[in-house]
Amino acid sequence: MEFLKKYPKIFQWLFLLIVFFALCFAIDVPETYKFIRGQAEFVKDPNQSSYIFLGKEVRYYAFDVFWRLPPLLGWLPIWINDSLFFLMNEWMPMEFWNEDTQEFKTRPIVLQISRNLTAFMTFLIELIREILLGGLETIVAFTSWDWIDANPWAELPGLPWTIVAAGFAILAYKLSGIGLALFAGLTMVYISMFGQWKPSMQTLSFILVAAPLSFIFGLTLGIAAYKSKRVEKALYPILLVMQTMPQYAVLVPALVLFGVGDHAAVIITMVVAVPPMILLTLLGLRAIPPEVIEAGRMSGCNNWQLMSKVLIPTARRDILIGVNQVIMVCFSMAVISAFIGAKGLGFNLLLALNQLNIGLALEAGLCISLIAILLDKMSLAWANKQVDYFGNLNFFQRNKNLLFFSITVIIGILLAYFGSVYFKGGYNYLFEVPHNKGISTADFWNKGVDWIFDTFFVYIKAFNTWLIQEVLQPMRALYLRMPAVATLVLVVGAGYLIGGIRSALVVCGLTLFIALSPWWDRALVTAYMATFGVIVSCIIGFTVGTLCFQNKHSAKFMLGVCDIFQTFPSFVYLIPVMMLFGITDTSVLIAVIVYATIPATRYTIEGLRSVPAGLHDAATMSGVNKFQRLTKIEFPLAFPHMMLGINQTIVFALFMVIIGAFIGTEDLGQYILKALSDKNGAGIGLTLGICVAFIGLIFDNLIRTWVEKRKKHLGIA
Amino acid sequence: MSEAVIKCEAVYKIFGENAKKMLQDSNGNVDAKTFQENGCIVGVNNASFEVAKGEMLVVMGLSGSGKSTLLRCISRLTDATGGKIFIEGQDLLNLNNKELIELRRNKMGMVFQSFALLPHKTVVENIAFPLQIKGIKTEESINKAMEMVKLVGLDGRENYFPRELSGGQQQRVGIARSLAVEPDIWFLDEPFSALDPLIRKEMQDEFLRLQEKLQKTIMFITHDFDEALKLADRIAIMKDGIIEQLDTPANIVLNPATEYVRKFTEEVPREKVLLIEDVMDESISNNLGDVKVSKDEIIENVAEKILTQEKSVAVIDENNKTVGSINPTKIINTVFGGRKNGK
Repeated sequence: MEFLKKYPKIFQWLFLLIVFFALCFAIDVPETYKFIRGQAEFVKDPNQSSYIFLGKEVRYYAFDVFWRLPPLLGWLPIWINDSLFFLMNEWMPMEFWNEDTQEFKTRPIVLQISRNLTAFMTFLIELIREILLGGLETIVAFTSWDWIDANPWAELPGLPWTIVAAGFAILAYKLSGIGLALFAGLTMVYISMFGQWKPSMQTLSFILVAAPLSFIFGLTLGIAAYKSKRVEKALYPILLVMQTMPQYAVLVPALVLFGVGDHAAVIITMVVAVPPMILLTLLGLRAIPPEVIEAGRMSGCNNWQLMSKVLIPTARRDILIGVNQVIMVCFSMAVISAFIGAKGLGFNLLLALNQLNIGLALEAGLCISLIAILLDKMSLAWANKQVDYFGNLNFFQRNKNLLFFSITVIIGILLAYFGSVYFKGGYNYLFEVPHNKGISTADFWNKGVDWIFDTFFVYIKAFNTWLIQEVLQPMRALYLRMPAVATLVLVVGAGYLIGGIRSALVVCGLTLFIALSPWWDRALVTAYMATFGVIVSCIIGFTVGTLCFQNKHSAKFMLGVCDIFQTFPSFVYLIPVMMLFGITDTSVLIAVIVYATIPATRYTIEGLRSVPAGLHDAATMSGVNKFQRLTKIEFPLAFPHMMLGINQTIVFALFMVIIGAFIGTEDLGQYILKALSDKNGAGIGLTLGICVAFIGLIFDNLIRTWVEKRKKHLGIA
Repeated sequence: MSEAVIKCEAVYKIFGENAKKMLQDSNGNVDAKTFQENGCIVGVNNASFEVAKGEMLVVMGLSGSGKSTLLRCISRLTDATGGKIFIEGQDLLNLNNKELIELRRNKMGMVFQSFALLPHKTVVENIAFPLQIKGIKTEESINKAMEMVKLVGLDGRENYFPRELSGGQQQRVGIARSLAVEPDIWFLDEPFSALDPLIRKEMQDEFLRLQEKLQKTIMFITHDFDEALKLADRIAIMKDGIIEQLDTPANIVLNPATEYVRKFTEEVPREKVLLIEDVMDESISNNLGDVKVSKDEIIENVAEKILTQEKSVAVIDENNKTVGSINPTKIINTVFGGRKNGK
């Protein structure tokens, strides 16, 4: 009893757990209940009940409300879908001038806006694409098809790959130095030699449009939120949901609004990439010391100068992290948006994965990762660039990069010409190495995969079976065994114990939304997969992080590794696991674990690093050994930061679980993927996305509240 | 003294939602307590004073006394809640945004406690910043900034970043930046408070050297009474937003107006602060020795000379004219005597 009095929290938690388990045992599984396979739910079942709300019929399996809540929100996806269609096809029809047919045409305003936006995006992408690869749509956009027929010379020839490669190398040299220049050059040569030039340039043109647009929008909105409390309040909930929203889910409404193609991909990428940019811009601007702002004002800055010359540069660190995030998201989306018809490496990657051609997938994945790392490093170098005022440079020195580039352009053209003569009739390898006509290592990799399968098949299979039968299946069964009421009590109780009545209410609302949607079972499966991934990731991340922290160099090295891994588009992680484990839940989970270990490791190292040096010395002087210092001083102090790491781990894990649907899982992700090919899928996709986002937000809310309290308690807020 | 460059008339700064209305209702009779009960915090309470051209006014007070708020009212980094402020005759509070920016670009310079340098710019870029904001061409502004770099003794470090400099060096950059546009009015907000004692002394001496050369009109904020005595032409001592006393250093040391001010003066070594002029007898007696001292000497420097005399000593001005006398007893009284008597 003494013990409980000393730690009242433990008693409260115990009580909560007892109530939870009591509920679990008290409420029996209804006899009619069984976990319904995805396919079955689309067939009309005579056992289903139904209700009509807002004129929509919602069918569902009725259970005792303690066991599963009825899907009272089942009308929501249908309603969203109908509203979208109404907006697109009927709302506010207006007269618009049509260039092609030379007449006024009546169109709903949303459709018109969407078409104009589409045209604009397509133009931008095509422009860059045609500079890189050649083509005639841009010219046509300014003239007409008739004109181009009459003047066939005007078709853009595209740049020979040699010039693009040299251009990248010179730009990298100008921005950073010889190291990055070498990396840029080698990357480009690699891409060309392996016959990935065309898809790579398609992806690149997509990113060169999406990333700057996302950056500009994010920065602008971030500034607006910084300047006006009202804008911030309006943006905040959207930002919060978007942070944990799976990227798949936004694809579906985009499909309805903007159709299929690169332009829709750009728009959707912006939707995903802008929120983190806004958040980081806001964070950076908020952190500026007031005296710096005053110094700017006293220097006589007007508002514009203050923003552009004082505030934004001072907040540069956070804004740069934002740029980094934008680029990461763009590459991630470059793959995912292949689902809605974006061309390029992502499409090839998806195709290869679909055909289980691991070798090809690996090549495409490597290319996209290399370009991602390159652009990431170049953007960082660009932001850190300094101007030297005192260099007494002559004309040649000042313009040497431009000169070099001009020379390479000439050489490149000459080479291409030479090539056209030399490779008569065949492919001009000095102009562009055609797709799949370069060196290919696909066979090698495929053979490797086969070899691995042949050699280790027994072990892998045994491991796989063991994992699925002994760990995953029981765990899933346990999750599904939870009555809805018990889950609610557990989550709300945890909310109350951690953050008081406010947290409890927020968490309750989020959970209820999921419970009242038609996909509670699926959400439980998603939660189980994420939980498994998070637990393993955290164990690995904490261990690796702690070990690496023991040595300054290894810590730095590990953070570098985390940086690079984070730059990989999320889809790329599926390649090696499919290589080893084929199409099973194990593959998804391993991808989840690898992906989610990144933040766990990073935050562990950062958390341990942030322990003040004075405390180290104090501990050493108290005569603790290394282990005691770790457990008594460093862990307790670093723990709040590590909890934030767990938060990120959860978000990453959820993300990968949803992407894993591509391999085939039975959770929310699979339904989102299904919604993609469903004509009426927009509402379903969006609602499912919100469900996933809410799972993330429940943990986000609990963890953040706890961390804030703990930090205050420790005095390191 | 010549015309006032800065002139404050009953300036109030009150933080809180309906501060303006409460101030109007109170009829200029602001009681901090009543305001606090209504959710308002009084930052500056009825401040009226003038600063003449070329004068250095040091505003001294402990943290929370409203000294920084007063400075921010005068530089209009915050808007005063009530009262009038004139800068060279212009009504500051009535300036529109554009005029205010013009005023800051040409007339004002400010140095900050935490230096407030732009982290992404080098020393010379930081200094050139106000010039470039004004629209001066890069090359010209860099040249001017280089002059400033030399002025504050940072030559050779012009391409360093602020993070690569020590605190003292960073504040030199801050000073140079505030002087780059050659302002008439110079605001310094606890410029040396964040520095080590030795560096602080060095910077104070440097600052006096600069002021000797530049003759700016200065408002200098500090919480260090010794610093105030060392630098000031006049000192304003603030407490709870009210200026308790505004006078020359000597008068503050000799005649503290309130109990609060006295507490500061008690520990001050007077012989290091007061001049002969401050303690001399203005009546000239005939019975003077041969030794003469200048009226502008600090007591400490001539005390030995005077104390070895038996008679009173003549005090002379810069024209060698006798303007008064001082006897050894007076010196002893001043330095060691009761702290209550004045001149």
